[in-house]
Amino acid sequence: MIERTPIFNLICYTILALGLVIALLPFGIVIIAATLDLKAVNTVPMPLVPSSHFWANVQEAWTRADLGNKLVHSMIFAVAVAFGKVLLSSMAAFTIVYFRFPGRYLIFWLIFITLMLPLEVRIVPTYSIAANALQPFQAILDVTGLTSLFAWLFGIKIKLEWGLLNSYPGLVLPLVATATGTFLYRQFYLTVPDELAEAAKIDGSGPVRFFVDVLLPLSRANMIALFTIMFVWAWNQYLWPLLITTDPKFGIAVTELKTLIPSEFGLPDWNVAMAGTLIIMSPPLILVILMQRWFVRGLISTDK
Amino acid sequence: MEKRVTFSSTITGLLFVVPMLLLIFVFFYWPSAQALYWAFTLEQPWGGGNRWVGFDNFSQLLSDPVYWGAIGRSMMFGLSSTAIAMGLALILALLTDRELRGHKIYRSVFIWPYAIAAPALGLAFRFILAPEAGLLSIINQVWPGLWNPALDGKDAMIAVIVAFSWKYIGYNFIFFLSALQGIPRSLTEAAAMDGSGPMRRILDIQLPLVTPTLFFLLVINITESFQDSFGIVDIMTQGGPARATELMVYKIYFDGFKGLDYSGAAAQSIILMLLVIILTIFQFRFIERRVHYK
Repeated sequence: MIERTPIFNLICYTILALGLVIALLPFGIVIIAATLDLKAVNTVPMPLVPSSHFWANVQEAWTRADLGNKLVHSMIFAVAVAFGKVLLSSMAAFTIVYFRFPGRYLIFWLIFITLMLPLEVRIVPTYSIAANALQPFQAILDVTGLTSLFAWLFGIKIKLEWGLLNSYPGLVLPLVATATGTFLYRQFYLTVPDELAEAAKIDGSGPVRFFVDVLLPLSRANMIALFTIMFVWAWNQYLWPLLITTDPKFGIAVTELKTLIPSEFGLPDWNVAMAGTLIIMSPPLILVILMQRWFVRGLISTDK
Repeated sequence: MEKRVTFSSTITGLLFVVPMLLLIFVFFYWPSAQALYWAFTLEQPWGGGNRWVGFDNFSQLLSDPVYWGAIGRSMMFGLSSTAIAMGLALILALLTDRELRGHKIYRSVFIWPYAIAAPALGLAFRFILAPEAGLLSIINQVWPGLWNPALDGKDAMIAVIVAFSWKYIGYNFIFFLSALQGIPRSLTEAAAMDGSGPMRRILDIQLPLVTPTLFFLLVINITESFQDSFGIVDIMTQGGPARATELMVYKIYFDGFKGLDYSGAAAQSIILMLLVIILTIFQFRFIERRVHYK
């Protein structure tokens, strides 16, 4: 604040308070509705005082959406995506920044072009690969004639197959295969002083040693930021898990929301639906509240 | 920018990048190439491989009014939700940047919506905006039949836009605020010394200085409106009523996985990819220009 502007300040406070209400209202409605019983949740206007049915609603939603298993699946899935992203992008960015060899620019561009097309945009072709992730290699072998050569030489027909439907690799790998994290790491490595690498080289350390003992410890802040943002992003994925988990036993929490929608001709039990929504949306929300600083940092630096 | 000190062992360097390259080859380049192949071929109904049909899939698509409807709705959805989310976020960020009492609270609360999964907030808003229960049902008690997203296409579109904008206000807010806080205090102070009020400073100093962020967010928001809208639409309206909320990604999903028309869906994917690529190139050009400013 620079000068005294009491009236303008009052307007500011009002607008900000209004913004706060808009931001918090949906949370409030979900929480209140989750505590009501069937009759109260369907009264118009909806009562704005919490009632005592929260636990019963949570139990009902828990069994209906099979949340015990699904939350565990979601947790493994989101942690694996976040971990894979951190690991692979820190490594890839290391090559891009710290090595000189022919074809380096090609690699750089091959990775960065993936930024352009998010998974949802190329969902149909990516899904076709899920039936057999080794299909590209099989096709290459077939086209180059290596398959028939092998069959002729050893009498073995090469058949590469790795189905990804209903498996963790199928859920995780396509989501790891983008450049967001690599970009963040590249920006960070570029700010690391050259003297560090120089000193490491004089002391006789090779690239692997330098990466493990110098760069990784230095990039701890980036690691936490990227991990947080990727965990939230992965937990909230919907379209890809919906397609890849055809077995109802192997679903994740977010896709289970569909089973919670009250059916048109059944009971309008919105109280149960809201209890389920509350449970499913909580883990990333709690993480963001705890890791606010890192989350914001990851958000701002990955996307730019 | 280049490093002065580098390592020379090519093999080690390649080993570090190979896992990433393998992944993007299998899950990005191969599928994208396959989409191209599908888009120009047609699967035979009784098996026997794909037949080359040239641009037939595209011309069929582009002469289909239903597809143009989906494009139009996606544009409508993208532009209006972007306008709402960015407009409100900019106002809130400008006011929070004045660092009045409690600005830290706003800063942390406004980001919360972005942490919510799109389908989860879809379900929440489906209840909040439901015609017979929830918050907006009160309208129907006063004027019966005025608000019904389950039957009225326009209401359904409004509901989807509201839900999507709510999530992205927080996201835009974070970027605007960090851009505003990057503006040197001395500039604002000097302007205040020269006698300009808060409104004048907003118009003449802050807004011009955050235009790069504004354009960056514009592209991001529109791209996100193509992809992140799927969960919201699928949970809230499933494209209905009567296709009123069928957006491009939803149509791809519906045609490809429910209608099993892979060639048509692949052609749609290609068109969507082109759209997103054009937007991204626009964005890259812009970022480049911003770097020159520094």
